Amino acid sequence: MVVGAFGLLRLPDFYTRAHASGKCDTLGEGLILIGFMLYEGATLISLKLLLLIIFIFISSPTAVHALVNVAYARGVRPWRKGEERQ
Amino acid sequence: MIDIFLASGIILIFTIFLCLYRVVFGPGVINRLIAVNTIGTKTIIVLVIIGFLFGRPLFVDISIVYAMITFIATLAIAKYLRRGCIC
Repeated sequence: MVVGAFGLLRLPDFYTRAHASGKCDTLGEGLILIGFMLYEGATLISLKLLLLIIFIFISSPTAVHALVNVAYARGVRPWRKGEERQ
Repeated sequence: MIDIFLASGIILIFTIFLCLYRVVFGPGVINRLIAVNTIGTKTIIVLVIIGFLFGRPLFVDISIVYAMITFIATLAIAKYLRRGCIC
């Protein structure tokens, strides 16, 4: 998730920023919550953490895809090599 | 084990401040929106960490509700920017 935040800060374009933040957030969040499940053991809270992991693995890429779709419809151009950063 | 939770929580809050730069200075609406989405997904993890740190794991319920609220808000704003109305 730290790498995703640095990608959101440093990359030159909207599409590359969406790429960095979306994937790093989804996978990092799933791994941290799997760690909490192993720490907790087999209880009801572990089941709630599993539900949270499943919900986030569905919802977070959907939200990022909706935002990228809006950006493409509004006419945000992709960055090409040699251009100025946006 | 408490030290590991505390260190990961502090690192995540530092990461949230890195994303806050993109919210303040980002060019256009779309960059700010994706930074807000990222902050929302990091806040869920911070809530779970606080719950395990203070010995109250029922904070997981609050983080589930927060995840749903963030998802619905992002989809609603995306639909508004696409069509001009929420309908």
